[in-house]
Parts: sequence; C-alpha cells; structure tokens
Amino acid sequence: MEQIIQQVINGISLGSIYALIALGYTMVYGIINLINFAHGDIYMIGAYIGFALTTFFKLNFLSSLIISMLLCSILGVLIEKVAYKPVRNSTRIAALITAISVSLFLEYGMMYFVKPETRTFPELLPDKKIHIFNTNAVLDFKNLSIIVITISLMLILQYVIYKTKIGKAMRAVSLDSDAAQLMGINIDKTISSTFAIGSALAGAAGVLVGVYYNSINPLMGVLPGLKAFVAAVIGGIGVIPGAVFGGFFLGITETVISAAGGSLYKDAVAFAILIIVLLVRPNGLLGKNIKEKV
Amino acid sequence: MKFLNKKNIFNLILILSIYFIVEFLINRGIIDSYIILNIVVIGVNIILAVSLNLITGITGQFSLGHAAFMSIGAYASAIMTAKLGQPFIVGIIAAALSASLAGIIIGIPTLRLKGDYLAIATLGFGEIIKIIGLNNDYIGGATGLNDIPQYTNWTWIYFCVVITIIIINNFIKSYNGRACISIREDEIASETMGVNTTYYKILVFTMGAFFAGIAGALYANYFYFIRPDSFGFMKSIDILVIVVFGGIGSVLGSVVGAVMLSIISVFLQNIPELRMVVYSVILFLIMVYRPQGLIGKNDLRLFKKRGVLNGCTHSK
Repeated sequence: MEQIIQQVINGISLGSIYALIALGYTMVYGIINLINFAHGDIYMIGAYIGFALTTFFKLNFLSSLIISMLLCSILGVLIEKVAYKPVRNSTRIAALITAISVSLFLEYGMMYFVKPETRTFPELLPDKKIHIFNTNAVLDFKNLSIIVITISLMLILQYVIYKTKIGKAMRAVSLDSDAAQLMGINIDKTISSTFAIGSALAGAAGVLVGVYYNSINPLMGVLPGLKAFVAAVIGGIGVIPGAVFGGFFLGITETVISAAGGSLYKDAVAFAILIIVLLVRPNGLLGKNIKEKV
Repeated sequence: MKFLNKKNIFNLILILSIYFIVEFLINRGIIDSYIILNIVVIGVNIILAVSLNLITGITGQFSLGHAAFMSIGAYASAIMTAKLGQPFIVGIIAAALSASLAGIIIGIPTLRLKGDYLAIATLGFGEIIKIIGLNNDYIGGATGLNDIPQYTNWTWIYFCVVITIIIINNFIKSYNGRACISIREDEIASETMGVNTTYYKILVFTMGAFFAGIAGALYANYFYFIRPDSFGFMKSIDILVIVVFGGIGSVLGSVVGAVMLSIISVFLQNIPELRMVVYSVILFLIMVYRPQGLIGKNDLRLFKKRGVLNGCTHSK
C-alpha cells in the first residue's frame, strides 16, 4: 500500500514537470501548428539560469524561479521573432527543420559556454519529510513544492487563457487565424505572447527539475522534451487540459513501470503508449475529433 | 520499349567508366583511405536520402524514423557476417529483407495517420527500436557490437548506390510512381480516382526500408563497430535534413544534398567544439532563404529533352 502511495507521489512530481513542458508544446502547436523542438532546450536553459542565480548570485529558490521564468519567456519571444517568423509561411517540413536547427543551436551553443559536464544544483529546499496516513510513504518537501508550484502555475495559466483579453485572442487565433485577423486581432503579438507564456512554463520546469534531481547538463532537454511532446500528443495536441492530463499520465506510468522493475524499458513504453493512442484516437485522448472536409 | 536504346547504353558506359577511373586511382594510391572513408559516408548517406525521399518527398508520408530501418539492416548484416560467418552478400540480403519486414510492420498500422501524427508515430517506432537494441545482450546492448568484418569497399558502395538510384528513379517515373505522387498531392482525390492508397503507402515504406537496410549493412561492414545510439532520433533528422536540403521530391536533390552535407561536416570536423553550432546556423539559413532546397523540384533527367514528370506541387 505504502509502495503504491509512494510511487504515485513520485509519479505526480515527475508528471508535473512533463505537464509544464507539455503546456508550452501544446500552446505553440495550437496556435501556429509547429512542433517546437527547441522547447525542451528552453527548459534546459531555464535550469541553467536557475543554477547560475542560486550558485553565483546566492538568490533564494522563489526569486530565482521567477527570474528564470522571465528570462526564458524573453528567450522564447526572441526565438520566435528571429527563427520562426521568417518561415511561418513556408512548408511544414521547412518549419520543422528550422525548429530542429534552433534546438541544435541552443544545445551546442550552451555546451560551448558551460562545457559538457554535468553540474550539481545546490540544495535549496529544506530536507523535510512528511509521513502520510502514519505509514512509511513519505511526502518530501521537494515533491510537495513541485506539485504546489505546478498547480498554481496551471491555475494562473487557466486564468490568463479564459479571463484575459490576450487569452481570448489566443483562443481566437488557434481556432482560425485568418478570421481572427479580420476581427482586428494582432497575430504577431498573440503568437509572441504564446511563446512567452510557454517558455516561462518551461523555464519553471527547468528550475524545478534542477531542484528535484540536483544535476543539470546541456543535453538534458532532449529526452524530457520528446517525452513532454509525447504527453501533449497523448492528451490531444492543442488542447490545454490534454497536456496536463498527458503529463501526469506519462509521469505516473513511468514511475509505476520503473517500480515494477522495467526501468530500462520505460522510454519504450512511453512511445508504445503514444503509438497505441495515436492509432486508437489520432487526436489524443481529450482531443476533439475533427472531420476532414473534402 | 527497347531496353538497349542509345540513352541506356550511354548511361551504362558513363557508370562503368566512373567506376573504373576511381578503382584505378585507388589502386595507384592517389585516393587514400581517408578519402575512401568519406566516400563510404557519402554513399551511405545517398542511399538513405534517396530512399527517404521516396517515402517523404514522392509519396508525402512524413517519416522521422528512417534511422531505425538503417539500424535493423546494420545489425542484421553484423550478426550474419560477424557472428554467423556468412559472406557479405548474405549480410546485405538479410539486412534488406529484415529492414523491409520492419517497414511492412511499421507501415500497416501507421498508414492511417496523416502528416504530423505519422511523423510522431514513426519517431516513436524509431525510439522503441533503439531502446530494444540498447537492452538486448545478444547484440551487445548499449556497448554495441564490434569486430564486424570490413567488407565494404569502393565496388560495393558504388554499385549499391547506383542500383538504388536507378531502381528508385525508375520507380518514380513508372505508373506506380505517378500513383505515389498523386497520393502526395491529394490523398482523398487520388483514392477517389481509384488509386489504392494503402497498397502504395505500404509499398513505399517497404521499398524505403529495403534500401535503408542496405545502407545499414554497408555502414556496419565498414566501421567494424555499431551501437544503438548511432541510429537514434538525430540520425533520422540528419537524413531528413539531407532530403530537404537537396530539394524534397527530387532524386538528384537527395544525391547533391548528401554529397554537400557530408562535405560540410568533414570541414566542420576541424572545429569540433563549434561544429554543431555552425551546422545549425547553415541549416537555418537554408531553411529561411531557400526552403525548397538546393535543387528544388527538378528531377533527375540527364538526357531528357522535354516533359515534366514531377509536376507542379504545393505540398503542405
């Protein structure tokens, strides 16, 4: 019993990180139909910014989280303006390769500056443990703060998307960008703010993962990036609750599989779930089924 | 239609004379082993790019898992030649057949998917194959398989490349190739016109995998040593980049792209720490200023006077 509770707690913490990255993927895909492969690398840069702030500037956890989110959102907007805007009207495949080139640029550019070795993140959060229901299952303070921060960020996102003007503009552009433009919505501004929000969430995920696993390296964004993308697709890409659901689903599945002794195959299982979901429901578990017009 | 017409005889003489000239230069020692190594890399890349071009460029099926077929071919050939002691031809045949079997297995379930979703599914398949390879002790697991006999030489690489180009180029220009182009242009319309889209999608997946398997065998039997990591997501991206760089849908483009990008990466080896940064900038500039690729849509037609086979395209 306590094993199960423990694995669910670990799964939810891992799932929160996936969900935070997946939100950025899904928002960008929803609005410009681009698989933003550079998103996982923004998460990596967020972790490095957090590392620099806490190690060299001795800032506390919360302020470094917020500064990292801000810097990542600026980086996201910059990437959109420099790299994605020129290819917005070219073919899908050209846009995809541009995204991959941006991803390579961030990975290896970062590697050039910070060197390829793994760095140790400082201990920022108190090492407190809470026993749940008087069993041996522990709720670490780290797990708790990851879950609380993720959920509050998601609530803020929900508020931004459904209650503010810019959120309304985003929903309009993702539904039909031409019609939205005719209604007087500034497409460029909307896309920029989507990138800003998505990248800020990725930056937050980066700092959280640094705190959680204590180690960061320049290529750390590749696999979580792919996994978060898988999570977004499982939930239904372009659908915001889908990304959250997919992230938690993938995180819990992965920890359960690791606990069952299949840790070597956990990535393979993630991709196998992806393929099964795609075959059964190509639009994702929470996605709407859109019929193609002939 | 006569097979031995003037054009074919001329091409045959051209192909054979290139072979004998290079063979002569190798025997005289003018082309050293470093250049041969790069020729092998270029040849493997040409086969991979031309076969992916058949799937992505001609039939419009966006695949991000081409390296998986190469890896199956490489391992099949390595097992045949290193573990079972068979001659190289058996290795190549085993590589091609096992890869095309994988092509059928991947093609049948995923062909219901379209566009980005197909790309994601093939990406997933590629990763699954890599992870299975990493966890299989018979083929060396993560440490890889070594002591593979080196059979690949100029003769093998050259004739494999030539045969691949001839077969795929002829396929594209045939009745079947036109059916594939119609699927790329508009799947629903071509199905309405009586094209069996399922059949053609499986066919091109199998053909593409077949040649990728041969490329894998050539790769494994040249470099002595293979491991699952070399055939991951990044390798698939590399092949896709070659196809797009040369011009999507053009066989000549894939050949030129493979040669150009291989040469670029040879030069970039002089600056190892900035290699990937420069590579990504080159990629970015090409995509922004020439998204249609170097050759564009022009087809491989050396001695053809008129007629457009590839047609006008506006693929999404």
